[in-house]
Amino acid sequence: MISEGIVPLFVAIPLAGAFLIALLKRIKGISDTFGILASAGTFALSILFLLKMEAGQRVIYNIGNWGGFNEVLGKIVGIQLAVDGLTIFMLLIVNFVAFIVALYSVNYMTRYTQKWQFYCLFLLMLAGMNGVLITGDMFNLFVFIEIASLASYALVAFGTEKRELEASFKYAVMGGMASLLILMGVIFLYSYTGTLNMADMTGVLAGSQQPALMYLIFGLLLTGFGLKAAVVPFHAWLPDAHPSAPAPISAMLSGVLIKALGVYVIARVFFTIFGFPHQISIILMTLGAISMGVGALVALRQWDMKRLLAYSSISQVGYIMLGLGIGTPLGIMGALFHLFNHSIFKSLLFLDSGAVEYAAGTRNMKEMGGLSRKLPVTSGSTLVGAMSLAGIPPFAGFWSKLIIIIALVEANHMKLAAWAVLISIITIAYIVKVTRFAFLGALKDRFANIKEVPVLMRISLIVLALVCIFGGLLLIPEVRDTFLSPAVRVLISGTGGGAGS
Amino acid sequence: MNAYMPYILCMILFCIGVYAILAKRNIIKIILGVVIAEYAVNLFLVLVAYKAGGRSAIFSETEVILPGAMVDPLPHALVLTSIVIGLATTAFLIALAIRLYGKYGTFDITRMRELRG
Repeated sequence: MISEGIVPLFVAIPLAGAFLIALLKRIKGISDTFGILASAGTFALSILFLLKMEAGQRVIYNIGNWGGFNEVLGKIVGIQLAVDGLTIFMLLIVNFVAFIVALYSVNYMTRYTQKWQFYCLFLLMLAGMNGVLITGDMFNLFVFIEIASLASYALVAFGTEKRELEASFKYAVMGGMASLLILMGVIFLYSYTGTLNMADMTGVLAGSQQPALMYLIFGLLLTGFGLKAAVVPFHAWLPDAHPSAPAPISAMLSGVLIKALGVYVIARVFFTIFGFPHQISIILMTLGAISMGVGALVALRQWDMKRLLAYSSISQVGYIMLGLGIGTPLGIMGALFHLFNHSIFKSLLFLDSGAVEYAAGTRNMKEMGGLSRKLPVTSGSTLVGAMSLAGIPPFAGFWSKLIIIIALVEANHMKLAAWAVLISIITIAYIVKVTRFAFLGALKDRFANIKEVPVLMRISLIVLALVCIFGGLLLIPEVRDTFLSPAVRVLISGTGGGAGS
Repeated sequence: MNAYMPYILCMILFCIGVYAILAKRNIIKIILGVVIAEYAVNLFLVLVAYKAGGRSAIFSETEVILPGAMVDPLPHALVLTSIVIGLATTAFLIALAIRLYGKYGTFDITRMRELRG
């Protein structure tokens, strides 16, 4: 049994860390320490929740103790924070990646001035993302999305060069539009249901029929969250924003931000609140299939390592959307497992690209070559991440793609299954390009004197690589029951299927 | 005067904002577009709470006011939050615009060509 009083700590710890870093910035080393401590704290908390929660339990915390009105009025007043299986699953991923990224940044961010600002914004972004995951209130969701987004706009512009500023402006304008559409959708939902609480909303919507308004709300929310998740055709900002940010932030943005703010919220809103209507299933599958194709094909022609990885993110998020769109227990499990894998290997690859940039000073793959001799850890971990991304057995990425494809076949979507296989072959093509041009081949003279990256960066790369290799073990029934299945069950119960896996 | 008129005007305002974001080349005008769209959404939020002849949601000791005669107070609380968030976004965008002007010497978005292809 777990006390509901510690739920708000997921937001409070990073917020306090950000505040203290800004306050004590003059003390040397304080920003690194607090950045790592805060993210380690939230990671430890999410592990605690994973171990202590009983199956199917939902921990609810009423902010400001407004819960008492529930008995008097018969409806929920005030903001609720709710933690269930899906939330814990996401919290673990987000806080794990954040912790690794905080470790990595200690050395990497010495390239920039004003390190404390970096950690401050980083923790604000983490607080926003954790808030999005634990909140049970639609307007509160919007507020946390904005906190995370604003911090990420600023982090994209962190280098304050032409490229970064331009990317950040594009990202901020499109992200701002997305937020407005989300807010408008939330207002429509509120005026229709008369409540902002997600659980209440589910109840009101289940017993009502008003298709025209529902379609408008679907459109607004899907466009808004689609923009945040960078699903084609709303992806234009991502290939600029993700490569422009400092490498640890690219890892955070591609690894977890687009999932926490986009995919998770789409799953939460459309599965548990709207009960996953048939139209949404078709839309998600179509968008997913298009994203997979466009992302992979454009990634093939990129020469900038980080830009290639950014397009690859669009493609992989397409896989996740496709899996969610199937709506069967197996499809959802594949989607969530792929979400986990993608967070790990994409963060790893972005951190690797940062390590290459740190050591060799370039991101252009045409200029690289033969780096594996000089950077054994970086090239080794890149290879592991690349294999996982490409779906080579026994790496984790293989299993999740396999599950998605099997789920497609089971649900009788043969063409989509063939498409998913085809795209995974293209994935191999573009990721081989990275390993081939950057790490293999003859070493160029100008790289004769480069050194392997510092030890903290190496540790974070190795940890992520190990998770990539052994991630497949999550599918062992005993492990799956504590980590993956509760998350799947939350979404399944939303679709009205009830049975669960 | 149609009862739906305020909502329609509100949506027109939103469309003006979106038009400015999509069609204008000057960064400042794009930011103004974001601000206009934002205000349209805030206005919409207040309109949702409006009730013809409704009064503010404060109980009085001297006269009897039923909850049914009050406007919905919750969106009023929400709109304050939304305005503050809008302020932060706008401030950030303007700060970016200043830095961009410093780098390029122009506000014209079509002359900023670092990120093509």
